[in-house]
Amino acid sequence: KSSVQTIGEEQIQNPYTELLVLKGHQDIVRFLVQIDDCRFASAGDDGIIFLWNAQTGEKLFELHGHTHKITAIAPLSSSDASEEKNHLILTASADRTVIVWDCSSGRQVQKVSCFHSTVKCLTVLQRLDVWLSGGSDLCVWNRKLDLLCKTSHLTDAGISTLLELPKNCVAAAVGKELIIFRLIASNDASEGWNALEVKRLVDHQDNILSLVSVNDLTFVTGSHVGELIVWDALDWTKQASECNFWDSVHPDVQPEIKLSQSPNETSVQHLTSDEECVFAAVGKGIYVYNLQMKRVIACQRTAHDSSVLHIEKLPNRQLISCSEDGSVRIWELREKQQLPAEPVPTGFFNMWGFGRASKQANQAAKKMQENTPVYFLELVGDLIGHSSAVQMFLYFGELGLATCSADHLVILWKDGERESRLRSLTLFQKLAQNGDLQRKF
Amino acid sequence: GANPWAKVASSKFTRDFILISEFSEQVGPQPLLTIPDDAKVSGTFDLNYFSLRIMSVDYQASFVGHPPGSAYPKLNFVEDSKVVLGDSKEGAFAYVHHLTLYDLEARGFVRPFCMAYISADEHKIMQQFQELSAEFSKASECLKTGNRKAFANELEKKLKDLDYTRTVLHNETEIQKKANDKGYYTTQAIEKANELASVEKSIIEHQDLLKQIRSYPYRKLKGSDFHPYEPECALDQANTGCDQDPTTSDVAEPGETHLYAHVPSYTPKLIKAKSAKCFDKKLKTLEELCDIYFFTQTLDQLHQIERTFRGDVCYLLTDQISRALLKQQSLTNFLFEDVSFLDEKPPEKQYRGCQGLNQDDIDRKCSEESPAPKVVISLGSYKSSVESVPIKMEQEIEDSQEPKMTESITFEHQENLDYLDADIKGSISSGESIEVLGTEKSASGLTKSESQASLPISPSPQAGRSKVGSRRTVSEDSIEVLSTCPSESLIPEDFKASYPSAINEEPYLDDEEGGLRFTPKLIPDNANEQEDISKQENLMQVDSACCIGKESPNFLEPLPDLGQKPCDEDGVVRIPPQPYRQVEPGLRGSFGSFPSHDGISGGLLPYELDSRYLTGSKEVSKSSLDECSDSTSYISSAASTCSDRTPSPAHPACQASERHKKKAGQNALRFIRQYPFAHPAIYSLLSGRTLIVLGEEEAIVKKLVTALSIFVPNCGLYAKPVKHWVTSPLHVVDFQKWKLIGLQRTVSPAGVNVLHALSRYSRYVSILDADSKTLRCPLYKGTLVSRLADHRTQIKRGSTYYMHVQSILTQLCSKAFLFTFCHHLHLPISESEPEESVVNRRMNFLKLQLGLANEDIKIVQYLAELLKLQYIQEPGQGVNPLLRFDYVPSFLYKI
Repeated sequence: KSSVQTIGEEQIQNPYTELLVLKGHQDIVRFLVQIDDCRFASAGDDGIIFLWNAQTGEKLFELHGHTHKITAIAPLSSSDASEEKNHLILTASADRTVIVWDCSSGRQVQKVSCFHSTVKCLTVLQRLDVWLSGGSDLCVWNRKLDLLCKTSHLTDAGISTLLELPKNCVAAAVGKELIIFRLIASNDASEGWNALEVKRLVDHQDNILSLVSVNDLTFVTGSHVGELIVWDALDWTKQASECNFWDSVHPDVQPEIKLSQSPNETSVQHLTSDEECVFAAVGKGIYVYNLQMKRVIACQRTAHDSSVLHIEKLPNRQLISCSEDGSVRIWELREKQQLPAEPVPTGFFNMWGFGRASKQANQAAKKMQENTPVYFLELVGDLIGHSSAVQMFLYFGELGLATCSADHLVILWKDGERESRLRSLTLFQKLAQNGDLQRKF
Repeated sequence: GANPWAKVASSKFTRDFILISEFSEQVGPQPLLTIPDDAKVSGTFDLNYFSLRIMSVDYQASFVGHPPGSAYPKLNFVEDSKVVLGDSKEGAFAYVHHLTLYDLEARGFVRPFCMAYISADEHKIMQQFQELSAEFSKASECLKTGNRKAFANELEKKLKDLDYTRTVLHNETEIQKKANDKGYYTTQAIEKANELASVEKSIIEHQDLLKQIRSYPYRKLKGSDFHPYEPECALDQANTGCDQDPTTSDVAEPGETHLYAHVPSYTPKLIKAKSAKCFDKKLKTLEELCDIYFFTQTLDQLHQIERTFRGDVCYLLTDQISRALLKQQSLTNFLFEDVSFLDEKPPEKQYRGCQGLNQDDIDRKCSEESPAPKVVISLGSYKSSVESVPIKMEQEIEDSQEPKMTESITFEHQENLDYLDADIKGSISSGESIEVLGTEKSASGLTKSESQASLPISPSPQAGRSKVGSRRTVSEDSIEVLSTCPSESLIPEDFKASYPSAINEEPYLDDEEGGLRFTPKLIPDNANEQEDISKQENLMQVDSACCIGKESPNFLEPLPDLGQKPCDEDGVVRIPPQPYRQVEPGLRGSFGSFPSHDGISGGLLPYELDSRYLTGSKEVSKSSLDECSDSTSYISSAASTCSDRTPSPAHPACQASERHKKKAGQNALRFIRQYPFAHPAIYSLLSGRTLIVLGEEEAIVKKLVTALSIFVPNCGLYAKPVKHWVTSPLHVVDFQKWKLIGLQRTVSPAGVNVLHALSRYSRYVSILDADSKTLRCPLYKGTLVSRLADHRTQIKRGSTYYMHVQSILTQLCSKAFLFTFCHHLHLPISESEPEESVVNRRMNFLKLQLGLANEDIKIVQYLAELLKLQYIQEPGQGVNPLLRFDYVPSFLYKI
């Protein structure tokens, strides 16, 4: 019945054969943030932040301080090479406070509670050694938590996302609008900064949900109705756009699929990118948009049973997605050897328009496809453990994968082979330590 | 249902029991109570007669009175004496534990008691001597502790009485003095003065006694071996405060107040000058003597003893052997063994001798020119402290009429009690009905006996200490003492020296050789005794080769089939589990290296075997001789109690689990017979894949879960990861925690959720549907489980099957252990070695060396992971239970 691709129980390429359930949270866990090579923090609606060891799954600290749910979390690691690297994290909560925590001691360093509204996003600008908080207004802070400047009240809805742009600029998504601010140091000797609004971009038809920087020259935004716009990061002009992933009328689109479409199903929930492509979590599907070709090169329209909440590109051409359906899936972007005789499924091409009529686009695409490789997303594994929506995940390389979910759990997925080897290593180290080996050799 | 080695019982009682007797100063020896307290138990057995017998072999060096040079009566803190005594006519054998309690009203202040463990099985008594001794000592200590309190109490009362009497007398004297102005004393006045003087003297005497009784624990505590009986509410502490003048302690010490709250309110009585010691006076009961609390405690302990030693001795022995062996396997024993037993404190006493038998001893033994027997027993002249009848035990060289030597000759690794058994019994038994099976001092004559040749010396340092302090009597008639072991022999020499004055010990009469030395009988060799020697050597080689990190060519040799059992051709185990044997001598060596305490014991060294050949050959010649002779006496006396009447619990702590094991084994047998897909189900459990038993009826599901639980490896030192009944939907956390789950199937909406969750997590679980009799789980093509669960098995009893499973699982554990602790199987030999070659080596080892096929590899790998996790676990922190799984397809099995 479901059109979702399934893989079955035999998953040779899936390395995750061991899992650790990290319990502690009492409500939905929404955020995971990496602190360093082996530590991460989790936070969610219970207002508690947990620090975990990503290797052992050991709970390092339990940070209490917020009275409401956490709305944003960001690592604030010191750039000073001189002093010992101390890791801090910033957390913002619905209790209208931001707290700075010390990750090595588990203590609250400082607390800011002068906000008029909930801070919805936090961004650290390493270059300027400041951090920004976005709510109904934008505030700029330095490391000592001095308020450097503050914009006027923007909207009640407030800033949903912030993105650092080159030349001391910041893009803030405020509803449908994208506002570009420029941070300018004050002329006087004081440490004051000014945040000047330099441009307001109103190209999106609906709320901007995701904002990702591709490189120094480009950034991409995605909105609730499935618009994807590629921007020039320097002059903030629209380079390309992809909209109406679903709405384009095409004869081949099956009516029942059309019926099931709703704005929610086409919203761009999350974006990620590598140098070549932007990977978009759109509704239940995953789309791979090639920046050079300016078109979607591969997609999995129903990658999950329900909305995809987070996707991440791995170095090895793999892609991981997690969804409201509680599963995490591992995909691999593969190049398909195009057989001339094989008809390309037409539905595949109907989702981009380049502003032209869809039929033309389709034809153009067909032509194009003849001399370019065709890609597809192959499901190589799925991780089933959560019983509710998987909100986010954190890829730790060979240490594994941490996922957090609405079922209050954080699960650490690990490569069983590697873990077994590491345990053996530890075992023999301990044997040697205990002196049990000496007599035998 | 009896064990195959059970002899026909000739006893008049149906099962073992404990008898408490007293040598009453009024009526002589009399039985007080039996445990169990059931007339059926003792049957037609004459308790009165037996009481007489056991009371007449009291070798306690007890005496109370005015020792020369002492002004006051001296309390003698006697050590209990421990005697083994046999009555072949009655078919009764007994471990007899004599103890002395104090009673102010008794003659010499002492009341001799004894507790006896009576069994029809002589071997049980002999082989379990140390255990019995340890347990009865606890009971005795409890009684004596209570008695000391009660005695002190009694003394205090008496002192108050005396004090009061003195006051009264004094007043009377004063009145007389005043009334008498004639200037001379009336006879009445003189009488009164004398009376007063005697009361004064009595007070001093009693004060002294009180001081003595109070100082007892203090003095004893100096010795490390002494552990006074300590009830939960440290009652004893008050007793240690011996410095204070007892007469001033009118108010009871704080520790005692709650128990003896009545003490301060005691109203002193006037004591008549001549309290008549007459026989119509009622003597205190044991309960009164010991304080009700301690008496009850003692009874509990005795009941415990009864339960522990109930049943056939072979159960006890196998249990002790396997227990001892399991303790050694500290790295792997958590996997399939009872968690409860692992928590137990190791019964050190039991293994004391074992430790003595280390490699050095064996080496020394071997270096001696001939394995001259240690002289275990010396016969001497005995005099009775009770009756003061010096008697001489006559040493008869064994005659053919008493051919009891047959089975009893033992080797250095066996309990020396067996020597006693053999020698004295053979030599002393007369036509009379009671044989005392041995006293430590009773056999000096034996040193010259021919049996000496076959008794090897155990030159343990302990041998020298075990001198015997008793000089005792054996009345000349029917009693023969087979063995006594006054507890002095168990007390190290140096310890005794530390309080020589505290205990008025009798001087040692005998020389060094007079001692008894108990070597524990933890020679767990029966399993192997019929394997041929080359095989054992082979085993040893492999054993030593498998040391960690050691590169050895032996790796390449196939392991001997571990599954082989010590059977005759017809598959019947001939040899009862005894700590000693009469089988082919060379074979006994297999466990010679047993007591190495470092966990991994090395293989046997060749010369150890040689020494056994030597001793063995002698033995064989002897035993063959004995075998020819008529051994009716032996047979009759060695009657064993029937195990089916009194099922033998392995250990008191595990009695409940024993029942559980039996039940689980029975259910498991039924399961493997009923379900053709039992193998993949068991494979799931062994490989760590959670098995869910799904069903509507709780009873059926729970039964299946119980049955299958015996195959579930533990993940650590906590309870088995088994959940018998769950009604809510399962979650991934459950699979992490539980490896066997009983799950309710309902038709309600909630039930739909349950099933939905199950299908969602189907990759982590195998599902056994108890209603439709289907199993959904991965394929199993290995061979291991078929040995574990053969549906055509001949095994009928649950407990037997349970043991069968345990033995195979133990083999599995050893494989997992080898696999886990071979360094090169997991880590590269050199840094440059690629990971693939390690993987290859690992797989080769699993397949070729361990002989594992297909999925069996996964079982061992899973167990290895558990071992690793357990080993690397830091003591302080609990492990995060992790869930390991494979992405393998499942199949649906149907009946």
